[in-house]
Amino acid sequence: MADVNRGDRPLSPHLTIYRPQLTSITSILTRITGNALLLAAVLMVWWFLAAATSAEAFATADGVITSFIGDVVMVLSLWALWYHTLAGVRHLIWDTGAMLDVPSAERLGWAAIGGSVILTVITVIII
Amino acid sequence: MRYLTDRKRAVGLGSAKTGVHHFWAMKLSSVALLVLIPLFVFTFGPMLGEPHEAVVAYFARPFPALVAALTMIVGFKHFSDGVRVMIEDYVQGGARKYTIIVMTCVSYGLMVTGLFAIAKIAL
Repeated sequence: MADVNRGDRPLSPHLTIYRPQLTSITSILTRITGNALLLAAVLMVWWFLAAATSAEAFATADGVITSFIGDVVMVLSLWALWYHTLAGVRHLIWDTGAMLDVPSAERLGWAAIGGSVILTVITVIII
Repeated sequence: MRYLTDRKRAVGLGSAKTGVHHFWAMKLSSVALLVLIPLFVFTFGPMLGEPHEAVVAYFARPFPALVAALTMIVGFKHFSDGVRVMIEDYVQGGARKYTIIVMTCVSYGLMVTGLFAIAKIAL
């Protein structure tokens, strides 16, 4: 079993050789939004800890989280949260074995994209 | 004659060594978050930008405090499990193990910090 070609064998097809499709983009977005939510989570934990500590500490944390940049981060995170939630629902549907064909999967993809934007707008209006 | 049973030889050999445990943990936390996240968004959200006394008074009430605490526990567990999958996909070798350890510590650290803060406000 002499393997003369070790380290130089072809790997499975890499992402870059595929044309981007709705199913792949929505899948990648699920991962990005889920992990990027760490930033908002850190800000929120800081905000809670500051509120528990003192009025001065709270003023600092609240000042950062409600600043212009803070608002941008929180609104984008809100969209990420709704998108990741709807994408999660999509996975729960798939886990039952339903809607696994491409047209249904793409419809769910558009539902997650459109639904997350609508939910974000509604949330910003209510809050 | 083999002294090991077939089951004994098979246990722990699956691709991730733990069978469907990780998958099931992910499903469990995602269904819980499906309930918790809307509740958290609409309790935490209105408090952003409110004065300190109002925030402390609000999270001293049982419902907002319980929703926030449960969201911290389930949310950071879900994050810890999820970020682990991303690390396993993109990081190789020793660095993979160190990154998983660090991110697990970060997840539980944030979870407990959040719980401490909510408990201090609520009690």
